Amino acid sequence: MSGASQMSACPACVAAPAAEAIAARNVKDASIMLSLPGIHCAACISAVERALNAEPGVTAARVNLTLKRASIKAEPEVTPARLINLLARVGYEAHELDAGMLGSTETDRRGRALLTRLAVAGFAMMNVMLLSVAVWSGATEATRDLFHWISAAIALPTIAFSAQPFFTSAWGALRVRRLNMDVPISLAIILAAGMSVYETMQSGEHAYFDAALSLTFFLLAGRYLDHRTRSIARSAAEELTALEVPRALRASGETVAVAELAVGDLVRVLPGARVPVDGVVLDGESEIDRSLLTGESLPVAARASTAVSAGEVNLTGALVVRVSAAGKDTSLHRMADLVAMAETSRNRYTSLADKAARIYAPVVHLLAFAAFGGWLWASGDVRLALNIAVAVLIITCPCALGLAVPAVTTAASGRLFRAGMLIKSATALERLAEVDTVVFDKTGTLTRGRPELTNLADFSDEDLSVAAAIAAGSAHPLAQSLVEAIRAAAIEPVGLSDLREVPGHGVEGRWQGMAVRLGRAEWLGAQAVSTTATYLKIGDREPLAFRFADSLREGAAEVVAALHKQRKDVVLLSGDAPEAVADIARRVGIEAWEAQMLPADKAARIAVLAKAGRRVLMVGDGLNDTAALASAHVSISPASALEAARVVSDIVLLGSSLAPIAEAIAVAKSATLRIKENFAIAALYNLIAIPVALAGFATPLAAALAMSGSSISVSLNALRLTRR
Amino acid sequence: MNVLVYLIPVSLILGGIGLAAFFWAIRGSQFEDPDGDSHRILTDDYDNKPKR
Repeated sequence: MSGASQMSACPACVAAPAAEAIAARNVKDASIMLSLPGIHCAACISAVERALNAEPGVTAARVNLTLKRASIKAEPEVTPARLINLLARVGYEAHELDAGMLGSTETDRRGRALLTRLAVAGFAMMNVMLLSVAVWSGATEATRDLFHWISAAIALPTIAFSAQPFFTSAWGALRVRRLNMDVPISLAIILAAGMSVYETMQSGEHAYFDAALSLTFFLLAGRYLDHRTRSIARSAAEELTALEVPRALRASGETVAVAELAVGDLVRVLPGARVPVDGVVLDGESEIDRSLLTGESLPVAARASTAVSAGEVNLTGALVVRVSAAGKDTSLHRMADLVAMAETSRNRYTSLADKAARIYAPVVHLLAFAAFGGWLWASGDVRLALNIAVAVLIITCPCALGLAVPAVTTAASGRLFRAGMLIKSATALERLAEVDTVVFDKTGTLTRGRPELTNLADFSDEDLSVAAAIAAGSAHPLAQSLVEAIRAAAIEPVGLSDLREVPGHGVEGRWQGMAVRLGRAEWLGAQAVSTTATYLKIGDREPLAFRFADSLREGAAEVVAALHKQRKDVVLLSGDAPEAVADIARRVGIEAWEAQMLPADKAARIAVLAKAGRRVLMVGDGLNDTAALASAHVSISPASALEAARVVSDIVLLGSSLAPIAEAIAVAKSATLRIKENFAIAALYNLIAIPVALAGFATPLAAALAMSGSSISVSLNALRLTRR
Repeated sequence: MNVLVYLIPVSLILGGIGLAAFFWAIRGSQFEDPDGDSHRILTDDYDNKPKR
């Protein structure tokens, strides 16, 4: 029975992915994609799937452990936020991904095409190698010719199909009169195949079909590894849901795209929403969270005539804002321009692979040409000279070079991915290895950007349960944090009536006939304390002060200690007030800190460090960090960071802990070392093989041995990285 | 040596079948989650039919 049901289900599952991708584009709500940085085992898979499948409205949930993602098909009323909460309760951190952009994307199709080409090349290589072994072990005359012809019949179509990526890339480079690594590769493959066909027609002794094929195979393997590491990281990092607001609500109640707004228009900003434009508050009272823009950890009050900027979050009351700058003129966009400028300067970095290719390609061509010229002059035999030139090209061909970098980056990114990091840029590891100065942002990076209750023990259970009940009525960060802290202490909230939020002041309600208020000190007539606090007044009793401090992100102190141990300079640059910055700096153990920095100041500070010859790693999350992130030598941002910050970062931390950063630098260092070792191994092989080939002693057997030998040793060397 | 007339086509066809099977597997998304598949054999949950 089960066999039959599987049979009938199977044609559907073959067709399903394509159908799903289309469905995802048409009805975006129907499918949800979540990133799960914390999953690592069989128990995690079943716990997550069981929790998701038990949720009403979810029709199917499947975890992909390789990508650390879950794809969920659900009714439109199931929101990602609900599922994220659900998973948080089972103990798994989750972030939403934009499902519309995933599925069978462009990069995905390219990966499949590469894998197919690789498989065809591998199949052909093994068969031709089988025939070649027969020739090497002594087949002669007609048998040898027959085997060569069969080899040609397999090899030529395979090369035409599998080696296409190299041909197109080489042609692209030649058309603009440049040389890249693919030019010698393509030349070697084409010449080897052409020469072998000619030799076979002349019933010659040596045919290089196997060499042409194994060259294609090994190089495609390198290409595929490279593609895989990069595409996984890129798609996941860029498709973590955007936080920017593409839409705005007009005061008339009409929802429009931000691009349609003009100066002087009125927009309404609801509590919990992000301000879409720069402007001035016309009406309403509320509090504004500026942390992503400026790094200030405390909300500021907003009332009529307060200036607000795009990107800030409105917390408590609805505001009507008159637009003073929209679209390209907003402070948000000016920051993006800063970023664009900084990015171009970084793109000039040349990777080790490019450096190697620049030396390598001309040398190989010169050598082959010299071999041809030399032998033609010495023997006068065009066929012999050409044969030797082709042998030189094949033997020097960069199998090992082609694998040297991708094999190492794959191993290193795999290890860092398991530690919870996504490498987005191909050269990030090399740049990370050179770092000597680490700059941190404060709010949202070293701290959670979330206040935490510090004096819970000072209150009676009754006060706490009233506080929990009234705080639940507000979206204000202090109130939310209060609710969480009291829930964690296992105290049940009491029942309150007439709960209502007073924008800009706090929340009030009634409990056992008494008026209860939670909010600002002035509003309650309480004595304000020096630290961040919210106040509770029950009836006529004395007001109570709940004190808060910004809590450190997990691993913050550890990573600073580890970086000091690695002899890196650690600097803290923040837009927040000096007292708050000094406090955090002391708690994590950073001596050098600067406060009240504007976004441009941070970028300028990093430029100064760069000018002094420092290689700076910037770790930050806010919009105020993006310019600094982009101008640093290499940059890291947490997954909770604003999209703009993640896009300019080279590495994204998936989990909430900062601890992997120190490991990342260590891994990057050993990865760079492995890449250099691999170049050395490849060079050593060439050092032995080139004189042999130039002297005319190279045989197809020798070429096959040199090629596989160097490729395998390079890959094994790279694999050492995955182990600690 | 006449045996080669059979053996060479046989080896090519067998290899070709393997290649075809690989293409089939790629199309069926069987290489989407190698890590997950190696862990899934350890779970007792049956997920061989859709929930609904």
